[in-house]
Amino acid sequence: METVKAKVREFLRGYIADHEFADDEDIFASGYANSLFVMQLIYMVEREFQITVGDEDLEFDNFRSIDAVARLVTAKSAVPAGT
Amino acid sequence: MSDRKPVKCLVWDLDNTLWDGVLLEGDDVRPFPQAVATLKALDERGVLHSIASRNEPEPTLAKLREFGLEEYFLYPQIGWQPKSASLKAIAADINIGVDALAFVDDQPYEREEVAFSLPEVLVLDAVQVADIPGMPEFTQRFVTADSRRRRQMYQADQHRKTAEADFEGAQEAFLRSLDMRFTIKEAVRDDLQRAEELTLRTNQLNTTGYTYSYAELESFLDSDRHLLLTAALEDRYGPYGTIGLALIEKSGTDWTIKLLLMSCRVMSRGVGTILINHIKRLARDAGARLLGEFVQTGRNRQMLITYKFNRFTEAERRGDLVLFQADLEAIPPDPDHVQVIIPMRSSKS
Repeated sequence: METVKAKVREFLRGYIADHEFADDEDIFASGYANSLFVMQLIYMVEREFQITVGDEDLEFDNFRSIDAVARLVTAKSAVPAGT
Repeated sequence: MSDRKPVKCLVWDLDNTLWDGVLLEGDDVRPFPQAVATLKALDERGVLHSIASRNEPEPTLAKLREFGLEEYFLYPQIGWQPKSASLKAIAADINIGVDALAFVDDQPYEREEVAFSLPEVLVLDAVQVADIPGMPEFTQRFVTADSRRRRQMYQADQHRKTAEADFEGAQEAFLRSLDMRFTIKEAVRDDLQRAEELTLRTNQLNTTGYTYSYAELESFLDSDRHLLLTAALEDRYGPYGTIGLALIEKSGTDWTIKLLLMSCRVMSRGVGTILINHIKRLARDAGARLLGEFVQTGRNRQMLITYKFNRFTEAERRGDLVLFQADLEAIPPDPDHVQVIIPMRSSKS
């Protein structure tokens, strides 16, 4: 969980340098995060944590905060491969 | 006739294709006049050009400069890699699909290598060079102001990309440094050819892939039931031209976005949200409910993300068609790194 949060925080820093996000802060509140940002965030998460984000996971609530992304990754990783 | 999409970029071999002779063998190479004619004719129409050549970069570029041709080519690939790798790099740099490329070379080996690795590329023999402008894959119905300026706009893009790669700092700071100005307005007759062109050329950032003829688009201009919006972007490197289009169909208090598309050149600029916010505010002010149609085309996942992350929720599903409904209660602020210009509404009565 903490590794996921650290990775997401690092990713956010690449976008918005002068702001440290709190774990439960709304990433989209700034109006800055665009769909490319989301797409890159998804790629990063898929690559780093070996999970697949499906269309059904593309919900605002799964990506709106560092906590939310960490929850999504944890839930996706808990599913054993091949099921 | 083939059902190929129009070719957006023609990739040239140089030795014995663009020019007569082999540069490395010390030939006094000269461009073939018919090759130059093809180059310029396509450039006028907005077809881009690039190079896949096995040569030493520096002397080769110097030769092109000497002939006054260097400026015609975007992202030239001159080196020793397989030509299929060069084509892939060009498609990635221009940000178009490999299926929008054509490749012309005098060597059967090179043509076969490309045809084998990238079957979606249109492969041509150098003997066909004079015929290329007449081929249907290179023929567009309209040549618009934007298509004539396309190369310059891509060149500005090339400079932007270099600036972005050299920029040290966060992406947001880079976007701020661009000084972007985004103009949204109702389409007028002069915009229709470009609008039609956008519906045909835009595959990735396109919510439905619906195409409309000039006549259909024209009928929307005077219709009370339709709103056709165009969006243009400009920054300190120059204009991107008209890069966004939205068609809204009004039926009572239901407004439906039939088509929402953005040119892939503005993919990372954060302007899609601004256009969506504008439509949301218009719908809200009219007391309407805002719906958005989405049809999965296999290439437009990013538009699914765009709807979902701009607070549209799925309301209905009919086969391949998903109908989203927008949340008009909480419209987020426009990103503040872009100056938004909305000229006074022309009254449609």
